[in-house]
Amino acid sequence: MPKIETKNINLYYGDFHALKGITMSMEPKTVTALIGPSGCGKSTYLRIFNRMNDLIDNVKLSGFVLVDGQDIYEKGTKVDELRKNVGMVFQKPNPFPKSIFENVAYGMKVNGIKDTKYITQKVEQSLQQAALWDEVKDKLKKSAFELSGGQQQRLCIARALAVEPSILLMDEPASALDPLSTSKIEELIYELKKEYTIVIVTHNMQQAGRVSDKTAFFYLGELIEFDDTKIVFTNPKNTKTQNYITGRFG
Amino acid sequence: MVSNLNKQLKDFKERFIEGILMVSGTVTTVAVLLIIIFLFKEGVSLFGKSPLENNISILVNEKNPLTAITAAQIKDISDQKITNWKQIGGADDSIILVTINELSTYYTDDQLGDNLQFVPDKVNELVGKTPGILGLFSTKNLGDKYTHKYLSIKDITIGSFLFGKQWFPTATPAAQMGILPLILGTLWVSFGAILFALPIGIAAAIYLAEIAGKRMRNTIKPIIELLSGIPSVVFGFFGLVVIVPIIQKLFHLDVGETGLAGSIVLAIMALPTIITVSEDAMRTTPRLMKEASLALGATQWQTIVRVIIPYSFSGISAAAILGIGRAIGETMAVIFVTGSANVIPHTLLQPMHTIPAVIAAELGEVSQGGRHYKALFALGCVLFIMTFIVNLIVQYIFSKRKHNQV
Repeated sequence: MPKIETKNINLYYGDFHALKGITMSMEPKTVTALIGPSGCGKSTYLRIFNRMNDLIDNVKLSGFVLVDGQDIYEKGTKVDELRKNVGMVFQKPNPFPKSIFENVAYGMKVNGIKDTKYITQKVEQSLQQAALWDEVKDKLKKSAFELSGGQQQRLCIARALAVEPSILLMDEPASALDPLSTSKIEELIYELKKEYTIVIVTHNMQQAGRVSDKTAFFYLGELIEFDDTKIVFTNPKNTKTQNYITGRFG
Repeated sequence: MVSNLNKQLKDFKERFIEGILMVSGTVTTVAVLLIIIFLFKEGVSLFGKSPLENNISILVNEKNPLTAITAAQIKDISDQKITNWKQIGGADDSIILVTINELSTYYTDDQLGDNLQFVPDKVNELVGKTPGILGLFSTKNLGDKYTHKYLSIKDITIGSFLFGKQWFPTATPAAQMGILPLILGTLWVSFGAILFALPIGIAAAIYLAEIAGKRMRNTIKPIIELLSGIPSVVFGFFGLVVIVPIIQKLFHLDVGETGLAGSIVLAIMALPTIITVSEDAMRTTPRLMKEASLALGATQWQTIVRVIIPYSFSGISAAAILGIGRAIGETMAVIFVTGSANVIPHTLLQPMHTIPAVIAAELGEVSQGGRHYKALFALGCVLFIMTFIVNLIVQYIFSKRKHNQV
C-alpha cells in the first residue's frame, strides 16, 4: 500500500486554480522530490499532506488525500494527530525563541508527554538522528538562536523527528543555507530515508537528483511528469520537463 | 536655461519645506522644555517655605525644651490627637493651645481693652505663667511686648511633602502639605484599573489576533478603537451615573464613590490601548513560528499559550504599562467617581483622591504664587515624574523587543 496517495486533487485559492487534478502516490521509506518553477504549486501540494493549507482563508480543495489508506480530509479527522504523524521542515529555519532542549521537547510536551526521563532521552535521540547532538550537547540550555542557520535547520528536523512521525515533509529545507550546511542536510535525508517517508520540495536540480528516489515535475498547477528520479533526469518523456531540467526555462 | 531655473526653484522649494519642518520640530521641543522648566520652577519653590500662615508666631514658655515643631504636629494638637508635650519630645505636661479666640476664656473683655489694645500685654503675661502653653498669634497681636520664647516651625521639605500623611493645604494656621494619600490614591486606582483591564484586554487581543474571523475582526476592532475617541468626561459621567450606584448597592456602602469606581472607569478607558497594542504585538509573531507549532501537532490554543504569548510578551507588557500611564494621568474620568477624600486608602472600597484630580479640583481656588498654588505645581512635578518613569519603562521594553527580533 502506498504511504501517501492523492486522487484527482484540485485546489483553489479564491478564483485561482492552483492545483489541477493531481494524482500520484508515494511508497513508504522513499524520498520523493517535487520540482518545478516558482508558483507551480509544488509547495501548495506538499502542504496538503499535513493540512497546513487549512490556515489560509479561501482555500477550496477537492479530491482525495490518503495517508496510510485513510482520507485525511474526511470529517472528524483529528488534524493535530495527523500533524504528529506528518512532520514538516520549513524553508527558513524557524526555531522557537526557547532553549535548544525546549525546542526539541516542544512537540512531545504539547502532545501531553510528561515523563521527563523519556523526554530527555528522546531529545538526545532526535538530536543524534539530526546529526546535531555532538555540536549542541554541552549547550542544551542555550537559546536556539545562538546556533548557525544550518544548525538551526537541523534543530528543526530534530524537533520534527521527536514526535515520531512516519512522514517528513520538507519545503525547500536547504534553500536558505550555505553549501556546507546543505550537504549536511542532504546526508541527513539519505539517513532518514531508512525510517521515514520523505517528500521534499526543492529548486535545486542537483539536490533533487542526489537525494530522491522519485521526482515529480509540476508546471502551472499540473503534474507534468512523475517517475524514477534517474529516468526524469536522464530520459524525460515530456519536453517541458526536459527544458526545465536542462535549464532552458524556470 | 529654463530647466536650470526649474531646478533652482525645486531646490529652493525643498529647502523651504526642510526649513519649516526643522522650525516646527525645534519649536515643539523648546515649548515642551519650557513647560517642564516652568512646572519644576514653580513646584520646587514650595520647598524651604514655612507652612505657617504669614505673620503667625508660635509662642511657648521658657521652660519648654523644644525649639521647633512641625505643621503636622500643630494640626494634631488642634485636633487633640496630641495632648501632651511628651508625645512630641517635650516635658511631661499637657498642652494648652491658645489662639486669639481662646484668649477670652482667660481674660474678660475689659481686661483685653475695647480695641483689644491690651492683648499684647496679656499674651505675654499668659505665656509667662503657663508652662504648657502653645500660643499661636499674629505679630499684630504681639506688638513689641513679647519677651518669652518662640518655637520655629519646620519648613516644607521634599520628605515632608512626599511622605506627609495629610493633605489640607488650606488648613489654618498651618497648612498640611503631605501628598502620601494622593500618591497612594493614584497608585491604588491605577493598579486597580490594570487589574481589571489587563485580563480582559489580553483576552480580547487574543480573540482578535488569533481566533476571530476576518469579518468579525473587521467589525469589532473599529468599535474598540472608537472607545478611545470618547471624551474622558463622558466616561466620568457614565461612571457616576451607572457604576457608582451599582458599587454602592453591591457592597452595601454608604457612598459608592470609591477607588473601585475609578478603577473600573479607567479600566474601560485603558482597554482600547491595551487591546490594540497587544493585538499588534501578537500579530507580529511570525507565521513560520505559528506554523512550526501547529505542524508539531499543537492545537491552536497550545500555540497561543506556548508560542504567541511568550513571543509577544514584551509587547503585551508594554501595552499594560501604556495602560497604566494613561490611568495615572487621567483626570476628568476619575474626578467624578473616586469620592475625593484626602485619606490614606486601605482598600479599593474607600473614597480616595488622585493627583491629577486634586490639581484640577483645587487649582481654580488658589491665589496665584501662594503656598497652595506652588504645592499644586509640585504635585504636577510628582505626576510628571511618575508618568515619565512609566514611559521610560515602555521605551526600555520596546528597545529590548527590537533587539530580540534581530
